[in-house]
Amino acid sequence: MISTLFRFTWIKLLRAALSIALMVTCVFVLLRSVGDPVTIFLGPDATPDMRIAYARELGLDKPILQQYLAYAENILHGSFGRSYIYHRDALTVVFDNLGATLTLMATSLALAVVMGLGAGIIAAMFRRKFVDRLVTIVSSVGLCVPAFFLALVLMLVFSIELRLLPTNGAQSWSSLILPAITVAAANSAVLARYTRTVLAEALDSPFMVAARTRDIPSWRILVHHALPNAAIPILTVLGLMVGGLVTGSIVVETVFSWPGIGNLFISSIGNRDIPVVQAIVILAGAVMVLTNLVVDVLYVVVDPRARRSDH
Amino acid sequence: MSDVSVKAALPPARLSVNAALPSQRVSSNVQWWREADVSVKLSMFWIMGCVIVAIVAQQIAPYDPAAIDLNARLQPPILLGGAWTHALGTDDLGRDVLSRLLYSVQITVAVAVAGTIISTSLGTLLGFLAAELGSAVDECITAFVDMQAAMPFMIVALLLIAVFGNSILLFVFVLGLYGWERHARVVRGAALTTRNHLYVIAARTYNASRIRIYRKHVLPSCLPTIVAGMTIGLTQIVLLEGTLSFLGLGIQPPMSSLGNMVGFGRGYLMTAWWIAVLPGLVIAATALALMLLSDFLRDRNWSANDRIKQ
Repeated sequence: MISTLFRFTWIKLLRAALSIALMVTCVFVLLRSVGDPVTIFLGPDATPDMRIAYARELGLDKPILQQYLAYAENILHGSFGRSYIYHRDALTVVFDNLGATLTLMATSLALAVVMGLGAGIIAAMFRRKFVDRLVTIVSSVGLCVPAFFLALVLMLVFSIELRLLPTNGAQSWSSLILPAITVAAANSAVLARYTRTVLAEALDSPFMVAARTRDIPSWRILVHHALPNAAIPILTVLGLMVGGLVTGSIVVETVFSWPGIGNLFISSIGNRDIPVVQAIVILAGAVMVLTNLVVDVLYVVVDPRARRSDH
Repeated sequence: MSDVSVKAALPPARLSVNAALPSQRVSSNVQWWREADVSVKLSMFWIMGCVIVAIVAQQIAPYDPAAIDLNARLQPPILLGGAWTHALGTDDLGRDVLSRLLYSVQITVAVAVAGTIISTSLGTLLGFLAAELGSAVDECITAFVDMQAAMPFMIVALLLIAVFGNSILLFVFVLGLYGWERHARVVRGAALTTRNHLYVIAARTYNASRIRIYRKHVLPSCLPTIVAGMTIGLTQIVLLEGTLSFLGLGIQPPMSSLGNMVGFGRGYLMTAWWIAVLPGLVIAATALALMLLSDFLRDRNWSANDRIKQ
């Protein structure tokens, strides 16, 4: 059994590595098709000496395949070029902003899990009752209100009208509240809808009827019978939510001037700071691929049936 | 000998299929409206309204959306004590918010519909190619689909905009890449099932070309799935268009989409909140209407499939 799990993980790992390689290749092709890489990585104001030295370092006089290998090697060493705006290594610039983004994402994820799971469980328990309708309506609206608009409405109500919370920056913990709620909103809506569907299915299955006839109290049915069965699909959706968190924080950081990677990403695009943009894209891609890998492996650990099918 | 008997047996069967289809369609059209929930009907009215506005925006807008009137700056909408001359108020340059809203709906609808058509066509084509050619092509397309599905599309879109710069053509192209992997996956699955159906096998025995089989048989049979996917795609593209334009990376002034208006109004939250809130509400309502409609279409497809199975 352990060996099956090991082989499964190994195959998944190989596919993940392939995905990352494919992504790096796409970025290479994209950047190379636009223009001179020396200009892209050194910026428009580089001296001719620097250009020649950098061209040699990149091996631009060599055939394209060797250039590609050199590029891939650079990325493996974590060298994405120098930022033209900050005049430092692009990766260092990104890592300087990482903490703020992780704080925001972790807070939003926690909020989304509490709100989404809670609302989903309540809705599934009281199906076709008022609470269920309310959850369905609120989560539908939550899915459709774009993050940037929700951010402005929250700002309007809590910062401008009620003067309770700051509109921007990251000076105190209170500046975290509005951005975290905004990112969490859409994600908890997804989670609530999904939890409701999956849990309702579990609650309708024959073994639940059997449990009810045995007079097991309803909270015990929920915790010991329904939730473990619903856990596997919910786990998958949680993995997918990381993508939503990344997208959400790009927008929300910009609106609330939160000093994180999303904000850096948007300003780097505005400044055409390609090395930083490239570093963020490749890092985000790698994080997403690894998240999917972890979810796939966890899925198999939780559900032995998934080991048999080879996908 | 057996070949002849197959050919002799087929035409009547085909005739009966043709005869059965139109009457079924008529009855399902009526039923369709009766089955729909009030929220679905409202959604359809809203969407039709948006489309009509998009077509006749130039004719019904009371003012030129770019006309500056410094004597009528930051006037409130009618419900907040404004005058009928500017029913939804004006912005800080005295431009009429209602007219700008109508023109923005036009741009948003045009861009979102174009993006959805591109992404659905691309996805359908790749899905068909993967299903029909199989082996290496299938593996390759599936690998790209998986990669795209793992990557948040926002990042891909921003990378493309960062590298190629801003232009409306590129923007529509970027929106057109959104969701292709979902369409490709769904269409591939549907095509794999359909191509083993008896009528497709029959067409193949007649030596019908692959293109003809896909155009005449597989595509019509996959159409309900594709249309349901298109509505979901349209919802997401409307939201993405709004987000990118809000960030200043989509539609560029002097053109304006709903996202642009919210982005512009962001600076006047303190003094004139309606400039940002009205277009934001239109985006949210449109996305909600599209989502309700796509849920309805999806449920209907499912029940239709169940009926066929039974």
